[in-house]
Amino acid sequence: MIGPQPVAVASAPLARRNPVAKLAAALLFSVVLIATLDPVAPAIAIAVELAVLPLFGVRYRVLARRAWPLLVSAVGIVVTLVLFAAERSGRVLVEAGPVAVTSGVLLTALGLVLRMIAVALPGVIVFATTDATDLADALIQNARAPARFAIGALAAFRLVPLLGQEWQAISMARRARGVDAGRNPVAKLRLFVSTAFALLVGAIRRGTRLAVAMDARGFDAGVPRTTARRQRFTAADALLVAGAVALGGAALTASILLGTFRPLIG
Amino acid sequence: MNHTDTNRWRTIDIVVASVIAVAFGVIFWAWGLLWNGPADAIPLPGRAVLYGVWLVPAVLGGLIVRKPGAAFYTLTIAALVSVALGSSWGWTLVIQGPLEAAAGELAFALFGYRNFRAPVALLSGTLAGIAAALYDVFVWYPDTAWGSFRLPYILITAASSLVVAGVGGLALTRALVGTGVLDRFPAGRERTAI
Amino acid sequence: MGAVTLRGFGWRHAGRKRWAVRGVDLRVEAGERVLLLGPSGAGKSTLLAALAGLLPEDSGEQEGTVEIDGLDPRKARERVGIVFQDPETQLVMARCGDDVAFGLENRGVPADEIWPRVDEALRRVGFPYDRDRPTAALSGGEQQRLALAGALALRPGLLLLDEPTANLDPPGAALVRTAVAGALDADTTLVLVEHRVAEALPLVDRVVVLEPGGGVRADGSPDEVFGAHGDALAAEGVWVPGRTVPARRGTATPGEVLLTADRLGLPPRLAPTDLQVRAGEALAVLGPNGAGKSTLALLLGGLVKPGTGTVAASAALAGRDARTPPHRWRAPALATRIGSVFQDPEHQFVTGTVFDELALGPRRTGRPEAEVRSTVDDLLARLRLTALAGANPYTLSGGEARRLSVATALATAPRLLICDEPTFGQDRRTWLELVDLFADLRDAGHGVVAVTHDAEFVAALADRQLALSRGPSSGATP
Ligand SMILES: Nc1ncnc2c1ncn2[C@@H]1O[C@H](COP(=O)(O)OP(=O)(O)OP(=O)(O)O)[C@@H](O)[C@H]1O
Ligand SMILES: Nc1ncnc2c1ncn2[C@@H]1O[C@H](COP(=O)(O)OP(=O)(O)OP(=O)(O)O)[C@@H](O)[C@H]1O
Ligand SMILES: [Mg+2]
Ligand SMILES: [Mg+2]
Repeated sequence: MIGPQPVAVASAPLARRNPVAKLAAALLFSVVLIATLDPVAPAIAIAVELAVLPLFGVRYRVLARRAWPLLVSAVGIVVTLVLFAAERSGRVLVEAGPVAVTSGVLLTALGLVLRMIAVALPGVIVFATTDATDLADALIQNARAPARFAIGALAAFRLVPLLGQEWQAISMARRARGVDAGRNPVAKLRLFVSTAFALLVGAIRRGTRLAVAMDARGFDAGVPRTTARRQRFTAADALLVAGAVALGGAALTASILLGTFRPLIG
Repeated sequence: MNHTDTNRWRTIDIVVASVIAVAFGVIFWAWGLLWNGPADAIPLPGRAVLYGVWLVPAVLGGLIVRKPGAAFYTLTIAALVSVALGSSWGWTLVIQGPLEAAAGELAFALFGYRNFRAPVALLSGTLAGIAAALYDVFVWYPDTAWGSFRLPYILITAASSLVVAGVGGLALTRALVGTGVLDRFPAGRERTAI
Repeated sequence: MGAVTLRGFGWRHAGRKRWAVRGVDLRVEAGERVLLLGPSGAGKSTLLAALAGLLPEDSGEQEGTVEIDGLDPRKARERVGIVFQDPETQLVMARCGDDVAFGLENRGVPADEIWPRVDEALRRVGFPYDRDRPTAALSGGEQQRLALAGALALRPGLLLLDEPTANLDPPGAALVRTAVAGALDADTTLVLVEHRVAEALPLVDRVVVLEPGGGVRADGSPDEVFGAHGDALAAEGVWVPGRTVPARRGTATPGEVLLTADRLGLPPRLAPTDLQVRAGEALAVLGPNGAGKSTLALLLGGLVKPGTGTVAASAALAGRDARTPPHRWRAPALATRIGSVFQDPEHQFVTGTVFDELALGPRRTGRPEAEVRSTVDDLLARLRLTALAGANPYTLSGGEARRLSVATALATAPRLLICDEPTFGQDRRTWLELVDLFADLRDAGHGVVAVTHDAEFVAALADRQLALSRGPSSGATP
């Protein structure tokens, strides 16, 4: 199931790291990868990511379930490049009218696909191993995020799993009152749109009431907030960030040494 | 603690902007499946016709909350939520989201957060769309030709953002006002008594 | 700490012409325990919100003053704890312990004092789970107890409770009352809103009755108030203790079978259950919180597909459609045959005004507009909602919303009516009105199924009872 609950073994050595550290590590690691267009650096990065996966307590099966939309995106990238590439260097493999599929084009496409996967996986890993409450706490305590906004977003995030139930409730209410679409596809679409709108309205209404409930318990009282759940940024967390930078840099260096490096801009 | 005309966000501003963002984060997640699934039938750059949906929260947040940072906050959180749920662009939305959100925010800032009429909403949607398309072109579609791909892609995205995010966001805000849920926001203030 | 002073207090919600409360002069001393009464819509919930400092300036207009210990309530929030009519909207965090800690964090309580206070509050309300339990996995009664713990952990000088037991089964309600009684310190002021006076009396030493038009109708010790004004208050809708309600048992023998459930269930929400509903009879479905009563109501109402077993309609109910199960019927046909009233009234609303809400069903089933108008006007008058015809359903008071949701199901005159907790949160007058409405329907040959925790309602109306239990299903008792 895709949802806000973490799906990893919480006690795994890296899953236990501070959420801000995980976030920073993943971000730094991927920024390095965005900077290059070659296939070598991302290929190394993917290998690294798959290797550290057990340390985060994520099983490969879980990752596959969460990451499958990536493969669909990959197809889209290849098709786009085949149709619209500016330079068609290399050997011509297939020729269909104006479109020439060359080895150069395919190499660039391969680089982009690998890069996309390499960049997306850290995000999947971070969110699969991080509880939303812990993330908000760590953002406040270790990254100096404004507490009111972090907690407000957290309270809203709790509504994600409730949206599905709400959709069911709205549909039942309509049916009970004689509203349905029958087999007419236009009516079906209209009912879908109006149900979605009702869902949004209901969510906002919930939000306004939640805000009142939060104020009732002194959320905006102006007193400096304390935090019940301590999040610490330890040496191990710093090490995780440093490790991510080092590994990202290593992938890039390998690509430069092999002569495949191509900067994004230039 | 209940100022409405100052720039300080009330609790209700924060929570409602967050709730809208979360709802759109879920929509983004689903829209991403559509974009890379059935919508593949329309090849790029034509598929950019659908692009405006990604930018609606910026316009909606700006129009409803009417505080500095509202457009930026709402779209950024929406992007982050879709990442958390497992979006296919994954992680780079963490960069792209704030970028396009800042562009959407710019429109409201240009008018000093005093004007929340249609032209500003349309501008906000369009700017956000252009920023998003530029990012795409450089990061996701490098090596493509300007003439046959990049320019059309950016223009179609801008048009889609103008219509879907700008006009759509405006219409959605009006529809929400009609339901009474925005009674505590400036947008919902002008209604008759029963 | 926790003294309340109201001087000529009034509040008008934005978008309303009528004042929700007006001209209230009241002083409550620290440590007093007050039961706040008044007919549905008299402004009880509004008054509690005012005491908690939760009526923002931008949501209405105020008259007179409110003070908590001499302070504006918006500045005195740290002295006040409130539990709302609907506890679900009150939970903020994903884990129970965090939710109780939330208020303490906001008040800047030092981190090492927080968890002992959380544990103490959870213990005082008899919360059965540990701190890591997800809040999404709680039943209504458990949510209520958690919300109470969240309020108590703040050690409020003034505790405000709005119908804290409305949706609970009788043992659950008793538990919450015990928890409140045990949790109050000698100097904690309590203001409790509760329609069922008899149950609330052990908790209070003073009764204040609000007058719907404005002002305070009666004020004093329970004996004084009910001794001096008992009859008048009962006529106005207050549940004065010791007054019985007339029974409306069925007169004729029940007619043909309308609906038959055979081993009907939906694991894990409802174990297989057998039952039959006949024309001209009222069947009460009872059972503890979480037994699956609401699930059963949805299954019978053709809104959810059965997980096990079958629901079959007779020809008397469905004509030619009798061969297909209700959940496969087209919606307009369903609405004219089986009407459903949901447990949470707000889950039932689909339009923007009270009038449209009532007109929707009849319009969808193709009645002429003139007939729709007269049906709607009739229902509005009967349930005293006429003045609210243009109001947004989501701004109604708890009792008003409940009445509207019952009325929407009645609007299409279905042959079979299935109601989930139709009488909770009702004042005595509306309660009697509802019993009459259901009894009239039943006597006119309709079938009525009512899911309820309300023993008086069962005694007054039900011809037959079905008790569900948690675990393997039990059959109907004659
Ligand atoms: N948010 C709101 N906007 C507009 N009107 C409201 C709002 N909340 C309540 N009202 C109206 O104010 C009046 C008083 O409502 P309130 O909820 O205080 O009643 P109550 O005494 O608690 O009734 P009940 O016993 O039914 O819960 C009602 O007529 C209601 O329709
Ligand atoms: N949508 C749902 N998904 C999963 N479980 C549910 C759902 N709705 C209810 N349940 C669970 O099914 C069981 C029966 O729920 P139901 O609402 O039918 O009980 P009930 O008898 O009506 O209780 P109450 O008296 O509290 O209203 C409960 O344990 C509940 O937690
Ligand atoms: Mg009330
Ligand atoms: Mg129920």
